[in-house]
Amino acid sequence: MPEAHMPVWEVFIRARAGLAHRHAGSVHAPDAEMALQAARDTYTRRGEGLSIWVVPSAAITASDPVDKGSLFEPTADKIYRHPTFYEVPDEVGHM
Amino acid sequence: MYTQALNQKDSGPPAGAPEDAERLARFEARVAADDKIEPNDWMPAAYRRTLTRQISQHAHSEIVGMLPEGNWITRAPSLRRKAALLAKVQDEGGHGLYLYAAAETLGTSREQLVDQLLSGKAKYSSIFNYPTLTWADIGAIGWLVDGAAIMNQIPLCRTSFGPYARAMVRICKEESFHQRQGYEIMLTLCRGTPAQKAMAQDALNRWWWPALMMFGPPDAESAHTDQSMRWRIKRFTNDELRQQFVDATVPQGHYLGLTFPDPKLRFDEASGHWQFGEIDWEEFRQVLAGNGPCNRERIEARRAAHADGVWVREAALAHAAKRRARKAAAQQLAAE
Repeated sequence: MPEAHMPVWEVFIRARAGLAHRHAGSVHAPDAEMALQAARDTYTRRGEGLSIWVVPSAAITASDPVDKGSLFEPTADKIYRHPTFYEVPDEVGHM
Repeated sequence: MYTQALNQKDSGPPAGAPEDAERLARFEARVAADDKIEPNDWMPAAYRRTLTRQISQHAHSEIVGMLPEGNWITRAPSLRRKAALLAKVQDEGGHGLYLYAAAETLGTSREQLVDQLLSGKAKYSSIFNYPTLTWADIGAIGWLVDGAAIMNQIPLCRTSFGPYARAMVRICKEESFHQRQGYEIMLTLCRGTPAQKAMAQDALNRWWWPALMMFGPPDAESAHTDQSMRWRIKRFTNDELRQQFVDATVPQGHYLGLTFPDPKLRFDEASGHWQFGEIDWEEFRQVLAGNGPCNRERIEARRAAHADGVWVREAALAHAAKRRARKAAAQQLAAE
Protein backbone atom coordinates (compact mmCIF):
# COMPACT_ATOMS: atom_id res chain seq x y z
CA MET A 1 0.00 0.00 0.00
CA PRO A 2 1.46 3.37 -0.95
CA GLU A 3 2.05 5.80 1.90
CA ALA A 4 -0.43 8.57 2.52
CA HIS A 5 0.62 11.94 1.15
CA MET A 6 2.16 14.22 3.75
CA PRO A 7 0.73 17.76 3.38
CA VAL A 8 3.05 20.54 2.18
CA TRP A 9 3.40 23.86 4.05
CA GLU A 10 4.98 27.09 2.88
CA VAL A 11 7.39 28.59 5.41
CA PHE A 12 7.79 32.34 6.02
CA ILE A 13 10.43 33.70 8.38
CA ARG A 14 10.87 37.10 10.01
CA ALA A 15 14.64 37.57 10.14
CA ARG A 16 14.74 40.59 12.45
CA ALA A 17 12.31 42.74 14.38
CA GLY A 18 10.84 45.31 12.03
CA LEU A 19 11.11 43.17 8.89
CA ALA A 20 8.24 41.40 7.14
CA HIS A 21 8.01 37.62 7.08
CA ARG A 22 9.68 36.36 3.92
CA HIS A 23 9.20 33.09 2.05
CA ALA A 24 11.98 30.65 2.97
CA GLY A 25 10.86 27.36 1.43
CA SER A 26 8.49 24.54 2.25
CA VAL A 27 8.22 21.51 4.52
CA HIS A 28 6.06 18.38 4.76
CA ALA A 29 4.17 17.80 7.99
CA PRO A 30 0.89 16.24 9.16
CA ASP A 31 -0.36 19.39 10.93
CA ALA A 32 0.48 23.03 11.58
CA GLU A 33 2.23 22.41 14.89
CA MET A 34 4.58 19.80 13.44
CA ALA A 35 5.09 22.01 10.37
CA LEU A 36 6.35 24.76 12.69
CA GLN A 37 8.80 22.36 14.32
CA ALA A 38 10.01 21.06 10.95
CA ALA A 39 10.39 24.63 9.65
CA ARG A 40 12.43 25.56 12.70
CA ASP A 41 14.80 22.59 12.22
CA THR A 42 15.06 23.02 8.47
CA TYR A 43 15.28 26.78 8.00
CA THR A 44 16.64 28.32 11.22
CA ARG A 45 19.76 26.41 12.23
CA ARG A 46 21.87 29.58 12.43
CA GLY A 47 19.69 32.20 14.03
CA GLU A 48 17.98 33.14 10.75
CA GLY A 49 14.70 34.05 12.37
CA LEU A 50 12.65 35.44 15.23
CA SER A 51 9.27 34.26 14.04
CA ILE A 52 7.91 31.62 11.66
CA TRP A 53 4.62 31.38 9.76
CA VAL A 54 3.52 28.15 8.14
CA VAL A 55 0.67 28.15 5.63
CA PRO A 56 -0.82 25.11 3.87
CA SER A 57 0.50 25.29 0.30
CA ALA A 58 -2.95 24.40 -0.97
CA ALA A 59 -4.38 27.54 0.68
CA ILE A 60 -2.34 29.91 -1.51
CA THR A 61 -4.04 31.46 -4.49
CA ALA A 62 -1.52 32.68 -7.03
CA SER A 63 -1.89 34.82 -10.13
CA ASP A 64 -1.34 32.99 -13.40
CA PRO A 65 1.90 33.95 -15.20
CA VAL A 66 -0.14 33.98 -18.42
CA ASP A 67 -2.06 36.99 -17.06
CA LYS A 68 1.11 38.92 -16.35
CA GLY A 69 0.52 41.31 -19.22
CA SER A 70 -3.09 42.15 -18.45
CA LEU A 71 -2.40 42.44 -14.71
CA PHE A 72 0.77 44.45 -14.59
CA GLU A 73 1.40 46.18 -17.90
CA PRO A 74 -1.33 48.83 -17.50
CA THR A 75 0.81 50.52 -14.84
CA ALA A 76 3.81 50.86 -17.15
CA ASP A 77 2.45 53.93 -18.99
CA LYS A 78 1.18 55.73 -15.88
CA ILE A 79 4.33 57.65 -15.27
CA TYR A 80 2.33 60.39 -13.49
CA ARG A 81 2.24 57.99 -10.52
CA HIS A 82 5.92 58.65 -9.91
CA PRO A 83 7.33 61.75 -8.18
CA THR A 84 9.83 62.43 -10.98
CA PHE A 85 6.92 63.16 -13.35
CA TYR A 86 6.38 66.53 -11.68
CA GLU A 87 8.64 69.52 -12.15
CA VAL A 88 9.62 71.56 -9.14
CA PRO A 89 12.09 74.46 -9.63
CA ASP A 90 15.52 73.93 -8.07
CA GLU A 91 15.11 77.08 -5.96
CA VAL A 92 12.31 75.36 -4.05
CA GLY A 93 14.81 72.84 -2.73
CA HIS A 94 14.30 69.22 -1.87
CA MET A 95 10.70 68.04 -1.91
CA MET B 1 29.08 16.61 -9.61
CA TYR B 2 26.24 15.62 -7.32
CA THR B 3 24.32 15.09 -10.54
CA GLN B 4 26.92 13.25 -12.59
CA ALA B 5 24.52 10.63 -13.86
CA LEU B 6 22.81 13.22 -16.02
CA ASN B 7 24.65 11.60 -18.84
CA GLN B 8 22.06 8.88 -18.91
CA LYS B 9 19.85 8.96 -21.96
CA ASP B 10 16.87 11.24 -21.68
CA SER B 11 13.96 8.92 -22.37
CA GLY B 12 11.36 11.58 -23.16
CA PRO B 13 10.65 13.27 -26.48
CA PRO B 14 13.53 15.40 -27.77
CA ALA B 15 13.74 19.01 -26.72
CA GLY B 16 11.94 21.42 -28.95
CA ALA B 17 9.76 18.69 -30.50
CA PRO B 18 6.32 19.77 -31.60
CA GLU B 19 5.78 21.89 -28.53
CA ASP B 20 4.38 25.29 -29.10
CA ALA B 21 7.15 26.86 -31.20
CA GLU B 22 6.23 30.41 -30.25
CA ARG B 23 6.20 29.67 -26.52
CA LEU B 24 9.48 27.80 -26.85
CA ALA B 25 11.08 30.77 -28.58
CA ARG B 26 9.83 33.10 -25.84
CA PHE B 27 11.17 30.73 -23.18
CA GLU B 28 14.58 30.50 -24.85
CA ALA B 29 14.74 34.28 -25.12
CA ARG B 30 13.89 34.74 -21.45
CA VAL B 31 16.57 32.27 -20.37
CA ALA B 32 19.13 33.85 -22.71
CA ALA B 33 18.36 37.22 -21.09
CA ASP B 34 19.10 35.68 -17.65
CA ASP B 35 15.47 35.94 -16.61
CA LYS B 36 14.55 33.37 -13.94
CA ILE B 37 11.97 30.66 -14.65
CA GLU B 38 9.44 30.06 -11.87
CA PRO B 39 7.37 26.91 -11.25
CA ASN B 40 4.12 28.19 -12.77
CA ASP B 41 5.79 29.55 -15.90
CA TRP B 42 5.52 27.63 -19.14
CA MET B 43 8.64 25.54 -19.77
CA PRO B 44 9.62 22.90 -22.33
CA ALA B 45 8.96 19.35 -21.11
CA ALA B 46 12.64 18.47 -21.51
CA TYR B 47 13.66 21.41 -19.30
CA ARG B 48 11.25 20.20 -16.61
CA ARG B 49 12.54 16.63 -16.87
CA THR B 50 16.21 17.61 -16.85
CA LEU B 51 15.76 19.84 -13.83
CA THR B 52 13.64 17.33 -11.92
CA ARG B 53 16.38 14.78 -12.48
CA GLN B 54 19.22 17.14 -11.65
CA ILE B 55 17.67 18.63 -8.50
CA SER B 56 16.47 15.28 -7.17
CA GLN B 57 19.87 13.64 -7.81
CA HIS B 58 21.41 16.53 -5.95
CA ALA B 59 18.95 16.01 -3.06
CA HIS B 60 19.60 12.25 -2.99
CA SER B 61 23.34 12.95 -2.86
CA GLU B 62 22.91 15.18 0.19
CA ILE B 63 20.85 12.52 1.95
CA VAL B 64 23.14 9.59 1.09
CA GLY B 65 26.09 11.86 1.88
CA MET B 66 25.03 11.81 5.54
CA LEU B 67 25.99 8.13 5.77
CA PRO B 68 29.79 8.07 5.30
CA GLU B 69 30.24 10.88 7.84
CA GLY B 70 27.56 9.63 10.21
CA ASN B 71 29.82 6.59 10.52
CA TRP B 72 32.24 8.67 12.65
CA ILE B 73 29.92 10.72 14.87
CA THR B 74 30.14 8.34 17.82
CA ARG B 75 33.92 8.02 17.42
CA ALA B 76 34.90 11.66 16.91
CA PRO B 77 38.11 12.32 18.88
CA SER B 78 36.74 15.20 20.99
CA LEU B 79 33.47 16.82 21.97
CA ARG B 80 34.30 19.83 19.77
CA ARG B 81 34.81 17.59 16.73
CA LYS B 82 31.70 15.63 17.54
CA ALA B 83 29.49 18.71 17.83
CA ALA B 84 30.87 20.07 14.54
CA LEU B 85 30.37 16.78 12.71
CA LEU B 86 26.83 16.44 14.03
CA ALA B 87 26.04 19.97 12.84
CA LYS B 88 27.55 19.23 9.43
CA VAL B 89 25.59 16.02 8.96
CA GLN B 90 22.43 17.82 10.07
CA ASP B 91 23.16 20.47 7.43
CA GLU B 92 23.42 17.79 4.73
CA GLY B 93 19.98 16.58 5.77
CA GLY B 94 18.68 20.15 5.58
CA HIS B 95 20.24 20.63 2.14
CA GLY B 96 18.53 17.49 0.92
CA LEU B 97 15.20 18.87 2.16
CA TYR B 98 15.64 22.29 0.49
CA LEU B 99 16.42 20.52 -2.75
CA TYR B 100 13.54 18.05 -2.56
CA ALA B 101 11.22 21.03 -1.99
CA ALA B 102 12.67 22.75 -5.09
CA ALA B 103 12.25 19.57 -7.18
CA GLU B 104 8.65 19.17 -6.00
CA THR B 105 7.72 22.56 -7.47
CA LEU B 106 8.23 20.91 -10.88
CA GLY B 107 5.35 18.52 -10.21
CA THR B 108 6.88 15.33 -8.79
CA SER B 109 5.85 14.46 -5.22
CA ARG B 110 8.27 13.87 -2.36
CA GLU B 111 7.04 10.30 -2.08
CA GLN B 112 7.85 9.64 -5.75
CA LEU B 113 11.29 11.21 -5.45
CA VAL B 114 12.19 9.15 -2.39
CA ASP B 115 10.85 6.03 -4.06
CA GLN B 116 13.11 6.65 -7.08
CA LEU B 117 16.14 6.68 -4.78
CA LEU B 118 15.14 3.59 -2.81
CA SER B 119 14.25 1.58 -5.90
CA GLY B 120 17.63 2.38 -7.44
CA LYS B 121 16.03 4.20 -10.35
CA ALA B 122 17.57 7.54 -9.42
CA LYS B 123 21.30 8.10 -9.05
CA TYR B 124 23.33 10.01 -6.50
CA SER B 125 26.94 11.16 -6.54
CA SER B 126 29.55 8.41 -6.99
CA ILE B 127 31.64 9.88 -4.16
CA PHE B 128 29.36 8.59 -1.40
CA ASN B 129 29.99 4.99 -2.39
CA TYR B 130 33.47 5.07 -0.91
CA PRO B 131 34.05 3.98 2.71
CA THR B 132 35.26 6.20 5.58
CA LEU B 133 37.98 4.00 7.05
CA THR B 134 39.70 6.40 9.46
CA TRP B 135 39.03 9.70 11.23
CA ALA B 136 41.23 11.42 8.64
CA ASP B 137 38.59 10.55 6.03
CA ILE B 138 36.25 13.00 7.78
CA GLY B 139 38.89 15.69 7.25
CA ALA B 140 39.44 14.69 3.63
CA ILE B 141 35.70 14.67 2.90
CA GLY B 142 35.17 18.15 4.32
CA TRP B 143 38.19 19.57 2.56
CA LEU B 144 37.95 17.78 -0.81
CA VAL B 145 34.36 16.59 -1.25
CA ASP B 146 32.74 19.73 0.14
CA GLY B 147 35.39 21.81 -1.60
CA ALA B 148 34.46 20.21 -4.93
CA ALA B 149 30.78 20.62 -4.14
CA ILE B 150 31.23 24.35 -3.46
CA MET B 151 33.07 24.77 -6.78
CA ASN B 152 30.04 23.34 -8.53
CA GLN B 153 27.37 24.95 -6.40
CA ILE B 154 28.45 28.58 -6.52
CA PRO B 155 27.58 28.91 -10.23
CA LEU B 156 24.33 27.03 -9.54
CA CYS B 157 23.23 30.00 -7.40
CA ARG B 158 22.65 31.71 -10.77
CA THR B 159 20.94 28.77 -12.46
CA SER B 160 17.86 29.64 -14.51
CA PHE B 161 15.22 27.88 -12.37
CA GLY B 162 14.30 30.17 -9.47
CA PRO B 163 13.59 27.62 -6.69
CA TYR B 164 16.83 25.72 -7.46
CA ALA B 165 18.89 28.92 -7.47
CA ARG B 166 17.36 30.06 -4.16
CA ALA B 167 18.03 26.68 -2.53
CA MET B 168 21.63 26.85 -3.74
CA VAL B 169 22.16 30.31 -2.24
CA ARG B 170 21.11 28.97 1.14
CA ILE B 171 23.25 25.84 0.74
CA CYS B 172 26.37 27.75 -0.31
CA LYS B 173 26.13 29.99 2.76
CA GLU B 174 26.20 26.91 4.98
CA GLU B 175 28.71 24.87 2.99
CA SER B 176 31.85 26.89 3.62
CA PHE B 177 31.84 25.87 7.29
CA HIS B 178 31.97 22.26 6.08
CA GLN B 179 35.09 22.74 4.02
CA ARG B 180 36.89 24.71 6.71
CA GLN B 181 36.12 22.16 9.43
CA GLY B 182 37.51 19.43 7.15
CA TYR B 183 40.69 21.34 6.39
CA GLU B 184 41.18 22.06 10.08
CA ILE B 185 40.98 18.33 10.84
CA MET B 186 43.64 17.69 8.17
CA LEU B 187 45.83 20.49 9.51
CA THR B 188 45.61 19.16 13.08
CA LEU B 189 46.56 15.66 11.93
CA CYS B 190 49.43 16.98 9.80
CA ARG B 191 50.84 18.90 12.78
CA GLY B 192 50.47 15.85 15.02
CA THR B 193 52.50 12.67 15.37
CA PRO B 194 54.05 10.96 12.30
CA ALA B 195 51.32 8.33 12.54
CA GLN B 196 48.62 11.02 12.46
CA LYS B 197 50.22 12.71 9.47
CA ALA B 198 50.46 9.35 7.70
CA MET B 199 46.74 8.88 8.34
CA ALA B 200 46.02 12.25 6.68
CA GLN B 201 48.22 11.30 3.71
CA ASP B 202 46.43 7.97 3.34
CA ALA B 203 43.05 9.73 3.33
CA LEU B 204 44.22 12.17 0.64
CA ASN B 205 45.57 9.27 -1.41
CA ARG B 206 42.22 7.52 -1.33
CA TRP B 207 39.91 10.55 -1.80
CA TRP B 208 41.80 12.61 -4.39
CA TRP B 209 40.78 10.75 -7.54
CA PRO B 210 37.18 10.10 -6.48
CA ALA B 211 36.91 13.85 -5.69
CA LEU B 212 38.03 14.70 -9.23
CA MET B 213 35.43 12.28 -10.61
CA MET B 214 32.70 14.23 -8.82
CA PHE B 215 32.69 16.77 -11.65
CA GLY B 216 31.44 14.12 -14.03
CA PRO B 217 32.76 12.81 -17.34
CA PRO B 218 35.06 14.89 -19.56
CA ASP B 219 33.31 17.51 -21.68
CA ALA B 220 33.86 15.50 -24.86
CA GLU B 221 31.70 12.68 -23.46
CA SER B 222 29.18 14.76 -21.57
CA ALA B 223 25.94 14.29 -23.45
CA HIS B 224 23.82 17.01 -21.85
CA THR B 225 26.32 19.79 -21.39
CA ASP B 226 25.35 21.84 -24.47
CA GLN B 227 21.64 21.81 -23.75
CA SER B 228 22.17 22.53 -20.04
CA MET B 229 24.52 25.41 -20.80
CA ARG B 230 22.06 26.90 -23.30
CA TRP B 231 19.25 26.68 -20.76
CA ARG B 232 21.54 28.24 -18.16
CA ILE B 233 21.07 25.25 -15.88
CA LYS B 234 24.84 24.85 -15.97
CA ARG B 235 27.23 27.78 -16.18
CA PHE B 236 30.57 26.00 -16.55
CA THR B 237 31.50 22.68 -18.10
CA ASN B 238 32.67 19.67 -16.08
CA ASP B 239 36.28 20.11 -17.17
CA GLU B 240 36.32 23.84 -16.39
CA LEU B 241 35.07 23.23 -12.85
CA ARG B 242 37.47 20.31 -12.32
CA GLN B 243 40.42 22.51 -13.32
CA GLN B 244 39.27 25.30 -10.99
CA PHE B 245 39.10 22.77 -8.17
CA VAL B 246 42.57 21.36 -8.84
CA ASP B 247 44.06 24.86 -9.05
CA ALA B 248 42.50 25.87 -5.73
CA THR B 249 43.20 22.63 -3.87
CA VAL B 250 46.76 21.64 -4.77
CA PRO B 251 48.40 24.58 -2.93
CA GLN B 252 46.20 23.83 0.10
CA GLY B 253 47.51 20.25 0.12
CA HIS B 254 51.11 21.42 -0.18
CA TYR B 255 50.56 23.76 2.77
CA LEU B 256 49.60 20.68 4.79
CA GLY B 257 52.91 19.10 3.75
CA LEU B 258 51.11 16.33 1.89
CA THR B 259 51.69 14.92 -1.58
CA PHE B 260 49.06 14.12 -4.20
CA PRO B 261 48.77 10.59 -5.59
CA ASP B 262 49.44 11.78 -9.14
CA PRO B 263 52.99 11.59 -10.59
CA LYS B 264 51.89 13.76 -13.53
CA LEU B 265 50.72 16.65 -11.35
CA ARG B 266 52.78 19.76 -12.22
CA PHE B 267 52.32 23.50 -12.41
CA ASP B 268 52.25 24.83 -15.95
CA GLU B 269 53.76 28.32 -15.92
CA ALA B 270 52.44 29.17 -19.38
CA SER B 271 48.76 28.55 -18.60
CA GLY B 272 48.93 29.23 -14.87
CA HIS B 273 47.12 25.94 -14.20
CA TRP B 274 48.01 22.71 -12.43
CA GLN B 275 48.12 19.90 -14.95
CA PHE B 276 47.03 16.51 -13.73
CA GLY B 277 47.10 12.89 -14.91
CA GLU B 278 44.45 10.75 -16.55
CA ILE B 279 41.37 9.94 -14.45
CA ASP B 280 40.32 6.28 -14.29
CA TRP B 281 36.93 6.65 -15.95
CA GLU B 282 36.33 2.93 -15.84
CA GLU B 283 36.29 3.13 -12.04
CA PHE B 284 33.83 6.04 -12.28
CA ARG B 285 31.50 4.07 -14.57
CA GLN B 286 31.68 1.03 -12.31
CA VAL B 287 30.78 3.06 -9.21
CA LEU B 288 27.88 4.79 -10.99
CA ALA B 289 26.67 1.43 -12.27
CA GLY B 290 26.36 0.21 -8.69
CA ASN B 291 29.66 -1.62 -8.31
CA GLY B 292 31.49 0.77 -5.99
CA PRO B 293 32.75 -0.37 -2.57
CA CYS B 294 29.62 0.77 -0.67
CA ASN B 295 26.73 1.10 -3.16
CA ARG B 296 24.71 -1.74 -1.71
CA GLU B 297 25.34 -0.73 1.88
CA ARG B 298 24.25 2.87 1.22
CA ILE B 299 20.95 1.91 -0.40
CA GLU B 300 20.26 -0.69 2.26
CA ALA B 301 20.83 1.93 4.95
CA ARG B 302 18.41 4.35 3.25
CA ARG B 303 15.79 1.63 2.78
CA ALA B 304 16.08 0.59 6.41
CA ALA B 305 15.76 4.20 7.60
CA HIS B 306 12.69 4.70 5.43
CA ALA B 307 11.06 1.45 6.55
CA ASP B 308 11.85 2.11 10.21
CA GLY B 309 10.17 5.49 9.92
CA VAL B 310 6.89 4.28 8.41
CA TRP B 311 5.14 3.89 11.75
CA VAL B 312 6.27 7.35 12.85
CA ARG B 313 4.83 9.00 9.74
CA GLU B 314 1.61 7.00 10.05
CA ALA B 315 1.28 7.82 13.75
CA ALA B 316 1.89 11.53 13.09
CA LEU B 317 -0.81 11.62 10.42
CA ALA B 318 -3.25 9.68 12.65
CA HIS B 319 -2.53 12.04 15.55
CA ALA B 320 -3.15 15.08 13.35
CA ALA B 321 -6.41 13.58 12.05
CA LYS B 322 -7.60 12.81 15.60
CA ARG B 323 -6.88 16.34 16.79
CA ARG B 324 -8.65 17.83 13.78
CA ALA B 325 -11.70 15.66 14.48
CA ARG B 326 -11.75 16.62 18.18
CA LYS B 327 -11.47 20.28 17.36
CA ALA B 328 -14.29 20.05 14.84
CA ALA B 329 -16.51 18.22 17.36
CA ALA B 330 -15.80 20.82 20.05
CA GLN B 331 -16.66 23.65 17.64
CA GLN B 332 -19.88 21.96 16.64
CA LEU B 333 -20.81 21.49 20.29
CA ALA B 334 -20.10 25.14 21.01
CA ALA B 335 -22.24 26.19 18.04
CA GLU B 336 -25.15 24.10 19.30
